[in-house]
Amino acid sequence: MEFAELIKTPRVDNVVLHRPFYPAVEGTLCLTGHHLILSSRQDNTEELWLLHSNIDAIDKRFVGPLGTIIIKCKDFRIIQLDIPGMEECLNIASSIETSEWRLSYVNKEFAVCPSYPPIVIVPKSIDDEALRKVATFRHGGRFPVLSYYHKKNGMVIMRSGQPLTGTNGRRCKEDEKLINATLRAGKRGYIIDTRSLNVAQQARAKGGGFEQEAHYPQWRRIHKSIERYHILQESLIKLVEACNDQTHNMDRWLSKLEASNWLTHIKEILTTACLAAQCIDREGASILIHGTEGTDSTLQVTSLAQIILEPRSRTIRGFEALIEREWLQAGHPFQQRCAQSAYCNSKQKWESPVFLLFLDCVWQILRQFPCSFEFNENFLIMLFEHAYASQFGTFLGNNESERCKLKLQQKTMSLWSWVNRPSELSKFTNPLFEANNLVIWPSVAPQSLQLWEGIFLRWNRSSKYLDEAYEEMVNIIEYNKELQAKVNILRRQLAELETEDEMQESP
Amino acid sequence: MVFSLRKHSPQPEKYTLLLEGVKVENVRLVDRISSKKAALGTLYLTATHVIFVENAPDTRKETWILHSQISTIEKQATAATGCPLLIRCKNFQLLQLIIPQERDCHDVYISLIRLARPVKYEELYCFSFNPKLDKEEREQGWMLIDLSEEYKRMGLPNNYWQLSDVNRDYRVCDSYPTELYVPKSATAHIIVGSSKFRSRRRFPALSYYYRDNHASICRSSQPLSGFSARCLEDEQMLQAIRKANPGSDFIYVVDTRPKLNAMANRAAGKGYENEDNYSNIKFQFIGIENIHVMRNSLQKMLEVCELKSPSMSDFLWGLENSGWLRHIKAIMDAGIFIAKAVSEEGVSVLVHCSDGWDRTAQVCSVASLLLDPHYRTLKGFMVLIEKDWISFGHKFNHRYGNLDGDPKEISPVIDQFIECVWQLMEQFPCAFEFNERFLIHIQHHIYSCQFGNFLCNSQKERQELKIQERTYSLWAHLWKNRADYMNPLFRDDHSQTRGTLRLPTTPCNFLYKFWSGMYNRFEKGLQPRQSVTDYLMAVKEETQQLEEEREALEERLEKIQKVQLNHTKVKAKQSEPSKHSGFSTSDNSTANTPQDYSGNMKSFPSRSPSQGDEDSALILTQDNLKSSDPDLSANSDQESGVEDLSCRSPSGGECAPSEDSGKDRDSDEAVFLTA
Repeated sequence: MEFAELIKTPRVDNVVLHRPFYPAVEGTLCLTGHHLILSSRQDNTEELWLLHSNIDAIDKRFVGPLGTIIIKCKDFRIIQLDIPGMEECLNIASSIETSEWRLSYVNKEFAVCPSYPPIVIVPKSIDDEALRKVATFRHGGRFPVLSYYHKKNGMVIMRSGQPLTGTNGRRCKEDEKLINATLRAGKRGYIIDTRSLNVAQQARAKGGGFEQEAHYPQWRRIHKSIERYHILQESLIKLVEACNDQTHNMDRWLSKLEASNWLTHIKEILTTACLAAQCIDREGASILIHGTEGTDSTLQVTSLAQIILEPRSRTIRGFEALIEREWLQAGHPFQQRCAQSAYCNSKQKWESPVFLLFLDCVWQILRQFPCSFEFNENFLIMLFEHAYASQFGTFLGNNESERCKLKLQQKTMSLWSWVNRPSELSKFTNPLFEANNLVIWPSVAPQSLQLWEGIFLRWNRSSKYLDEAYEEMVNIIEYNKELQAKVNILRRQLAELETEDEMQESP
Repeated sequence: MVFSLRKHSPQPEKYTLLLEGVKVENVRLVDRISSKKAALGTLYLTATHVIFVENAPDTRKETWILHSQISTIEKQATAATGCPLLIRCKNFQLLQLIIPQERDCHDVYISLIRLARPVKYEELYCFSFNPKLDKEEREQGWMLIDLSEEYKRMGLPNNYWQLSDVNRDYRVCDSYPTELYVPKSATAHIIVGSSKFRSRRRFPALSYYYRDNHASICRSSQPLSGFSARCLEDEQMLQAIRKANPGSDFIYVVDTRPKLNAMANRAAGKGYENEDNYSNIKFQFIGIENIHVMRNSLQKMLEVCELKSPSMSDFLWGLENSGWLRHIKAIMDAGIFIAKAVSEEGVSVLVHCSDGWDRTAQVCSVASLLLDPHYRTLKGFMVLIEKDWISFGHKFNHRYGNLDGDPKEISPVIDQFIECVWQLMEQFPCAFEFNERFLIHIQHHIYSCQFGNFLCNSQKERQELKIQERTYSLWAHLWKNRADYMNPLFRDDHSQTRGTLRLPTTPCNFLYKFWSGMYNRFEKGLQPRQSVTDYLMAVKEETQQLEEEREALEERLEKIQKVQLNHTKVKAKQSEPSKHSGFSTSDNSTANTPQDYSGNMKSFPSRSPSQGDEDSALILTQDNLKSSDPDLSANSDQESGVEDLSCRSPSGGECAPSEDSGKDRDSDEAVFLTA
């Protein structure tokens, strides 16, 4: 059934729109297959276009004949529509509810691992038959694959699902052989388990588990504890609630910020990523990272470690590639995780702001190294928005296999093709950027981590003065560049004239 | 025994000031952030400084601490490695030394206790500090900030306000300045009468006049009203203030204390204005806590800052529990209330607390800063501090413990005001001509006693001590180095720099943030590694050079073209090679070093062999060069050394005062894991 068939009232006049920072506007409300549009039908007035998929929750209220709909968006914005006539109000509400490595094609038909892409990178010495065996030993068939290769010293980051050791300590020779194949002679590697030892031990009862020292003598295991699923979702809900509550006093604000635990999660994820990067760059050791499924905390760590280690991932194209590789291809279930955001009351099991936490961590590093990223904060905010609601197909589905089945490549536009147009790119380019080829080590002390105001306070306080400051910064740098170009032209002109002069003089 | 430092001593003559040269070898300086081993070196005590010189031959890094910066010295239990000595500084530096011999440690401890608590003004550093300026330069320095000019700038005297000489020779109030503006209709009789009805005779006087609508901010101490006393002259005085603002038929009287505190004062014969006795006033309490609450609050917050690898919850919980940001907000709220009353309602405000020299100074200066863009400029800010703090008798000596005194008098009153300014800068990034470093340096010097500005408790005491003849002015020093203190985003004609700063009307508690740049400023590893301010300043500097070059080039081009037109042959000079190298890669120097993320791995070496490779090496240069920042320790006439730096390094001016001597490549390591 097409979305459009759900629409009971396609158009209502005399609707009054209230939204942050703008005066109330009266106009006509239209519902299309994808958008809710409010237009005052006058020249030069801005229209509101809201994607249905951006709607997180809807409240209906009636005061006499006047109905009010409060729409809470996934990007945390709250808007209000006053609609004359109760029946229409009800209709509208129901309408929108709703080297040593090789490429392996072993997963060509998504048969070995449904959440992996058709092509993966694995150690050369391991054949596809062995991979199939390893897949049966790893959660979700997610056998260890290459995530990142550190050119400087040849060390690698691999990622996988948890090993299915179960309570009786099952082992898999091929698995051991696979990951050992990534080690240099005499070298040890690190396995970073994103779960606490306790959680990992409990996982054995459900058939999961972790690598036993006895079977992996060349590897040291480190347990961290990055939270997952509903714990993160609850944290997000609490944080957004705290940001929207403007009645409390200073102390209660800090308590609520603390109680949300959001920054605690940020700190834990960043710390783990720094640790992974340190193993690679400082200890010269390869690492394998996994949690349970290897689709959430694992990806946070592998992608942030690359931000720290790899200068290219701090460029716009590089970051896009990182998201494509470490999130989309790697099978982060966007559809499940981003189905609802902070306002939705219905308890669903799979929502979790895993990707938003990743973006927040990137923002934290960006804040500490403001000149080392080619993109700016707006780029991260844009990605957050599109992960939750988008007119592009990029973030649809839960993995490559699903996207293939949906034929998204044929049927939808890619977000990147739009973002990479020069007019869009200019909005996302950091004017302070200077290529920095070094590893950047962020501080993870509480004093160094801040609430990401650009996301969480976006609709609660005007950013006018901060925007002006940004503009001023752009102007300062643009003017410098113009002058530089101008001076270069003048120098050239002068040099030419002077040679002419000499030519005239020499004969 | 007398010693001398070898190559790194910037000013050998300083050592002639030695009382006794205390020198202890094999002392270790513990790095609080990094888990790496402590630096081994030699500790020196001079008459003015504690100096630690590292043994490491390549750097010989020096750390200088002024005695007047020392807040507490703590001798901790002797361990196997030696006797630990913890020195906490008023500028939030924390130094942990381990001295091998218990006896040496005790000697150092006893000496420092004495050195850190001078008993007479002459012992303070400003009386021996010599920046090698001649007499004329020193006098000019003191004339840089002129309050009579400032009142003229406000538009005074005028039909409503006049300069009063009633306090000539401090006859009426010894903690007020001699020159004060009062309403024209307030006769000497009224003023003197009113002064007798106010604590410490601090009668209502003008702090700020808003020329757009004639509204004003006046300040005083509390009235001695007790439960029922009244004073005709005081009532007339308030009437006179109202009359000086013809546009309004009432004035606000703002008592910045919590109501309970004000009521308690009534029992002691003090208190607050009774609305029934004063016609046409609206009385208002704004609960800012007293100096004791503030002192404890800062203490608690600093304990949080000192925590070793705290969790996010420890930190946020501790921050909240300290109440510090709540107090900052209370001060801001009071300033916002007054600024609104003046600019939007056009109503004059009389502000007082108890004595009218702490909370009153905070609130008046915050309100002035919100109202008048002049105070948001470099010079205007100096004027503001001179006016509301120095001239009106804020007790610098007592509050900041310059001389040994009652520890209960100490309180971070002006620190809070400085933080309010920073909080505003965060919200209005283009509105201030100066940057964060300016605030940090002022805070540093309020405690350093290196300049005479903040000595004593009143103008009268400073005059008696002949401060201006015997010491130097900080304002001149800051003005001379103003290039370091500029906010690159500031523009005269920017909308944010004009008029009143308007904060949102809804209470936004999240607007107030922890200022790690101040309270953790010596923990470099916790600060952003690249400074946008410094980067933009470098860009602007280059822009200026480019503008000059463009002009020169255009001139020459024009000349040559003319010459060629005339067919005259003039041999042009070789074009100058470009002086610019661009800022590319320069900010690499601020990239940091590897970290110790190893917490729970016992066998994980805390220091890896690759430490010396390229990305660490780059960090050295800038920091070490800059580390001899002029006003760091003592040696104030070193600007020349700074000029040599590649002027376009965005990382260049990163050092705050008394960053002392430098930091090594590992000093910005942070511990990423809790054990």
